[in-house]
Amino acid sequence: MDPIFSSGDTAWMLISTALVILMTIPGLALFYGGLIRRENVLNTLFLSFITFSIVSVLWFIYGYDLAFGADIWGVLGTLTNPFFNGVLESGTLSSYAPTIPEGLYAVFQMTFAAITVALISGAIVERMKFSAWLAFVPLWLTMVYLPIAHWVWGGGWLFQMGVLDFAGGIVVHLSSGIGALALVLLVGIRKNARLLPHHLGYSVIGTGLLWFGWFGFNAGSALGATNLAVSAMIVTNTSAAMGMLAWVLMDKLNTGKPTLLGALSGAVAGLATITPAAGYVNITSALIIGFMSSVICYYAVSHLKPLIGYDDALDVFGIHGMSGIIGTLAAGIFATPLINSAIKGGLIAGNPAQLGIQLLAVVVVGLYSFVATYIIGKVIDRTIGLRVEEDHEVQGLDLNLHEESGYRP
Amino acid sequence: MKKIMTIIRPDKLEDVKQALEDIGCLGMTVKEVKGRGIQLGITESYRGKDYKVDLLPKTQVEIVAPAEDVEAIVDTIVKSAQTGCIGDGKIFISPVEDVVRIRTGERGKKAI
Repeated sequence: MDPIFSSGDTAWMLISTALVILMTIPGLALFYGGLIRRENVLNTLFLSFITFSIVSVLWFIYGYDLAFGADIWGVLGTLTNPFFNGVLESGTLSSYAPTIPEGLYAVFQMTFAAITVALISGAIVERMKFSAWLAFVPLWLTMVYLPIAHWVWGGGWLFQMGVLDFAGGIVVHLSSGIGALALVLLVGIRKNARLLPHHLGYSVIGTGLLWFGWFGFNAGSALGATNLAVSAMIVTNTSAAMGMLAWVLMDKLNTGKPTLLGALSGAVAGLATITPAAGYVNITSALIIGFMSSVICYYAVSHLKPLIGYDDALDVFGIHGMSGIIGTLAAGIFATPLINSAIKGGLIAGNPAQLGIQLLAVVVVGLYSFVATYIIGKVIDRTIGLRVEEDHEVQGLDLNLHEESGYRP
Repeated sequence: MKKIMTIIRPDKLEDVKQALEDIGCLGMTVKEVKGRGIQLGITESYRGKDYKVDLLPKTQVEIVAPAEDVEAIVDTIVKSAQTGCIGDGKIFISPVEDVVRIRTGERGKKAI
């Protein structure tokens, strides 16, 4: 691509950016907000909203540069333009997407950082201190998200190895899913750990917004109004649809009744799993990916979680973490240069080495996210404390932490 | 005088109210309550896991009436609240010693 400004690409990327914002606020907030006890609805919604604000502020102070600035030893970017100084004024085109302004690429990437951190909140709802979350967001963004984003997308060591992560299977879903698992081990099990959604209708609206916004997430990751964006949009939708059908089938086979929450969960699993592969695979692959993702996530949530006994409240690891792993490996299997001429393809296209790179990325990023998140969590636990007081947890967080309530009796 | 305390399905409240009105029984106190019977509620299933929900929302209607009206009222409630399925509820009848109308201080039957 020649570095020439394209108004078409710029228009599409502006829209995509707005779509991804909608995924976090209010999409994810509502998806999570419907699933918890009514006494915690405002706190749960608040976690996504406050995360979006914190990341938005930090992203332009230093975040973008550390992820996408000039590479230092494959590990982190250079902070050349603190406070995004001079970038907007100069109006230069992005080196990652040479037909759109650098500012647009940066704000598009900001939306990814925001939703990644917000995703983790689903695991720790109903018992984590709000103040501890306020400390967790900047620390996790800085210590975990920015390095991983740099490794995979910003010219870091995995990028140099040619890892395939079209829209964030590794950077978004794996990193947040594994991070969530590490954090719940520290935050501990809720006194009332039953999943009895107080308002599934919220989750229906949330899932609809996530699905809709995901077209900005995945098709936007084509970084232009191109054929690749069309292809990414179609496989994304196909995988979501197949994921929903597969989870409903699992419901029917395992507990006897199709459930709406199952359908929503399957759609999210399908969407998350296709994410790293969205710009590399065809419809047949998307059908397989969507189906496999739901079946594996179903068992992770309904069997693995009770077996090990961690309290990942809204299954951030079970759905996003697993989807990140499955999707990243699937990209190494199903990626084809017929869809995306910029790559050599995966196992089926005769490039088995790609699967090795994908596996390495999953293992290293997974380990890094787990260890770094665990350390951050431990530090916060020793200083601020992660867990709310027992009576606050029993009575609900809305009244005790915010002096507000979601519903009048 | 008797107190008729009855637990019914929340969605049957309008039918019961109308039926009682039709036989001239107007006064009542209604509460939203939760409870369970010998069937111990129902099972709900989320993300592959079953949860027992053993307290279900019910509506409690309380009526105080002269003893001679009790049979008619009970008949009316049974007819209007009945679906024939598990969870239709129950009626409890107990004696009432006295009734006082606060506005006038009247006592007994005429205060009902």
